Amino acid sequence: MQAFLDIFDIYLLEAVINGILLGGVLALLALGLNLIFGVIDVTWICYAELVMIGMYAMYFMVQYYGVSYFVAAPLTILLVAILGAALHYLVIAPLLTAPPINQLLATGGVLFVLQSFATVAFGIDFRNLGIRLPVLALGDMNFSYARLLSFLAALVGMVAVYLFMTRTFTGTAIRAISQDRQIMALMGVDTKRIYLITSAIGGGLAGLAACLLVLQYDVHPFVGLSFGPITFLICVLGGLGNFIGGFIAAFVFAEIISLGGLFSDLEWGYVLAFAFFIVMMFIRPAGLLARRR
Amino acid sequence: MLELRAVNAGYGTFQALFDVNLDVKAGEAVGVIGPNGAGKTTLMRVISGLIRPSRGSIRMEGTDVVATPPHKIVSLGIAHVPENRRLFPQLSVDDNLKMGAFMKEARSHYADRLEVVFDLFPRLKERRHQMAGTMSGGEQQMCAIGRALMSNPKLLLLDEPSAGLAPVVVQQVFELVKRIRASGLTVLIVEQNVQQVLKVVDRAYLIEAGTIRASGTSAEMLASDTVKEAYLGV
Repeated sequence: MQAFLDIFDIYLLEAVINGILLGGVLALLALGLNLIFGVIDVTWICYAELVMIGMYAMYFMVQYYGVSYFVAAPLTILLVAILGAALHYLVIAPLLTAPPINQLLATGGVLFVLQSFATVAFGIDFRNLGIRLPVLALGDMNFSYARLLSFLAALVGMVAVYLFMTRTFTGTAIRAISQDRQIMALMGVDTKRIYLITSAIGGGLAGLAACLLVLQYDVHPFVGLSFGPITFLICVLGGLGNFIGGFIAAFVFAEIISLGGLFSDLEWGYVLAFAFFIVMMFIRPAGLLARRR
Repeated sequence: MLELRAVNAGYGTFQALFDVNLDVKAGEAVGVIGPNGAGKTTLMRVISGLIRPSRGSIRMEGTDVVATPPHKIVSLGIAHVPENRRLFPQLSVDDNLKMGAFMKEARSHYADRLEVVFDLFPRLKERRHQMAGTMSGGEQQMCAIGRALMSNPKLLLLDEPSAGLAPVVVQQVFELVKRIRASGLTVLIVEQNVQQVLKVVDRAYLIEAGTIRASGTSAEMLASDTVKEAYLGV
């Protein structure tokens, strides 16, 4: 009996730590989406599809053209950042004053365009980088280096965004703009430019997430569906536009998935997480940390 | 310094200003008085570019303000303290002041300007990490004026700085306006508090229903029958 408990505890600890590692990447995804919503007041339904494009970019650069992973990663981040800015310029900016449902439909349309584009251009094969990272054994626990690296990189990305938002003039303007859009001109701020910069940062975060996810998952045109919905749930649970709420919600979700997967299959972890979300929507519909308005 | 000629402006089909002519010379403090809804705030907004005039010209030291994009007008040296202060309530005092120094020309002088503003408002220095929305009305007004001063303006537009403040605080605000004047800044101030404002300005305009009805030095305005009857209650 005692021996069973010992082993069980180790697995529990392993699951908790894996949950934290997963939470880091989910928090990164949620931050990008929250940033766009909080600043521009628009939801990018196609956010995960930007990640998918980024994953393909990584795949082709690394597998096809033999570019080193660490050279391909910044290029991918840059590419998806440009994609984010283009999405804002071409789709969102003309619809800024349109009803929210039109904005949702438009970004939803972009989702299908990107999926179809990937299907036509890359086919429906599952592809991967072919990079196999070793496993770190700590006592009886095993952790994949891919997850550890992803967690650390996600953390670095989030800290970089935090520093940018709090230390720079542009970052301060990004935080100010949602509080009073009309008077930004009195501060000498060109709101259009701030929106474009914010969209590029949101895209850049999707690009970083793509670089990390491609280490753990295969790329295919519908890969966005595996983490798009969960990113939305995290943002809603944390309170749309609430960065700290989203950060906490990401780890709550990750732990539910990881621990649920420990006691049963991984799929059940997802079922539990979604069930938890529905219950929470009854208890705290405005999110874990309801945003003060 | 500032020159408005035959300015017409409004919102949609509603016209708020009719052929307004107004001048502010360098170093002057000029008041705009008048009843609620006379177009005082619209006048301020049209100068700082928050709304565009439908007709007429606005020049700041010879530069055409109407042809300047709204976010570039602050670079001409016009800083606007809007009605109701309009601070960023969930940003700290520091961050609000930082926003005031956003434009490129002001960023390099950020530290110097911060010192000037903290000298003028020691209270803001004590509260620099507090969220602006949690401060008292008087402190928020200080922060709003401080934010405008961060851009090192030549002309300060003050829209109803005493609105919604306790009488004691109103006194402090007018003291402040005097001190800002003394520092050599040109001031255009809109106020309902006619008696008080005429004490701190050199000249004033009376605006009613979007039209300038009278203008003159503070002494002339105080002596004017129209002003006396309507606004001073004598």
